[in-house]
Amino acid sequence: MNPDTRTNANKLRPASPPRRSFLDFLLGTSALATLGAIFYPIFRFMSPPQIVESAENSVVAAKLSEVPPNSGKIFKFGNKPGILVHTAAGEFKAFSAVCTHLECIVQYRDDTKQIWCACHNGQYNLSGQNIGGPPPRPLEEYQVNTRGDDVVVTRA
Amino acid sequence: MSIDSITNWLDERLSIGALRSLAQKKEVPVHRHSIWYYFGGMTLFLFVVQVSTGIMLLLYYRPSAENAFESVQFIITEVKFGWLIRSVHSWSANLMIATLFIHLFSVFFLRAYHKPREITWVSGVFLLFIVICFGFSGYLLPWNKLAFFATKVGTEIAGVVPVVGRPALRFLRGGDDVTGATLTRFFGFHVAVLPATATVFLGIHLALVQLHGMHVPKKFEHNHGRMKFIPNFILRDLIGWILAIGVLAALAAIFPWELGEKADPFAPAPAGIKPEWYFLFMFQTLKWLPAKIAGLDGEVLGIMTFNVIAALLFVVPFVDRDAENRRLHLIFNVIGVIALLFIVVMTIVGYVT
Repeated sequence: MNPDTRTNANKLRPASPPRRSFLDFLLGTSALATLGAIFYPIFRFMSPPQIVESAENSVVAAKLSEVPPNSGKIFKFGNKPGILVHTAAGEFKAFSAVCTHLECIVQYRDDTKQIWCACHNGQYNLSGQNIGGPPPRPLEEYQVNTRGDDVVVTRA
Repeated sequence: MSIDSITNWLDERLSIGALRSLAQKKEVPVHRHSIWYYFGGMTLFLFVVQVSTGIMLLLYYRPSAENAFESVQFIITEVKFGWLIRSVHSWSANLMIATLFIHLFSVFFLRAYHKPREITWVSGVFLLFIVICFGFSGYLLPWNKLAFFATKVGTEIAGVVPVVGRPALRFLRGGDDVTGATLTRFFGFHVAVLPATATVFLGIHLALVQLHGMHVPKKFEHNHGRMKFIPNFILRDLIGWILAIGVLAALAAIFPWELGEKADPFAPAPAGIKPEWYFLFMFQTLKWLPAKIAGLDGEVLGIMTFNVIAALLFVVPFVDRDAENRRLHLIFNVIGVIALLFIVVMTIVGYVT
């Protein structure tokens, strides 16, 4: 149908009385309200509720005996993984173990003495700085203290 | 690109024009019993509600003995509108069984199963049993005490059937007892096996209804009006569906479906335990049957009788074949009324005692 014939068709239609358009308005708005009342709960239902993250600030990451020099260990920090590194120089370091690239979990490599992400070959030095591969940012660093036999990691 | 050119593009590929003219030609007979035409559509609508709310519940439900109860608890306490979706799913299931029974009895009493609609009837009876299996398997999924014992008793009933009973029971339970294995199985039946089977039979059922059109009772064969399916009948249907949504929302809000206590396989059965209402008439009958009837186990005899009656439902259109036979007509009416009265009375007795 070309635009001209359509305008003609509209002209031929009798003008709708105001009552008709008022009823159309009522019907339209009630239909919209009904659909809203059905779909609003559905959309809210589908978005998962916030689960309160445990605000853990400090955790015993390992026993001294578990991490000999030049080794690393993944520990649970709240509901996220952390990595504890006992450097060859005898120092303890702790970082978030979540790679800043695409959230894989990193590991300590005793051959290169680096923190390494196996997914896309991301490399971090022992200060958590991204030094090679795709990671865009350094790993978040935590404080480490030893308390007796326990290695305690604290969020800064 | 105008609407017309899109319509044309689609029409050239899908010939929607043919479908449209078919839909426009479709008519529904109008007579004193036209009201019963709506119950099939209503059952279908409630089935759609079941599928949609069921898919939504699947987003959070976890099918294991350790997690099932807690995940339903999570749905109704933590998830926004979770209480509503879960209650609507339970209520809609019950309403669907009710409308399905109304549909079944109206088709039975109006003799809509006569030639050429025998297969429509048979596919409908299959759908009835599929829906009952949906109810029975879904009932266990929240893994609460009532569901646990209802499933124990229900599967035990399958077990008393001679020869095939024991293997059937082990198949249903995934072992000798109702355990987490049963829950996982029922979950699989409920969300995969039954929906797939239902889709097939529903497809056949609906295609045949389209093929044959609505049945007109003998009395009105030559004196009834006609109504356009689109828009007249479908708009009336729509009003019914909007009402149904209103009723479901009201029921869910005023009588939210209870979760109860978590199932404990080593706790005694709670007092006053009863099955869902649509099993009540059988439950009550089995309670009343004496332990021994003519040397046979009363329970076995009762269960076998129900099985035979269920099987007889399939052959109704093949026994009552002659639309002109008034004697057969009378016999079937009497059987139908007795069955209806029996179900209603036993359900009420089961409910109040």
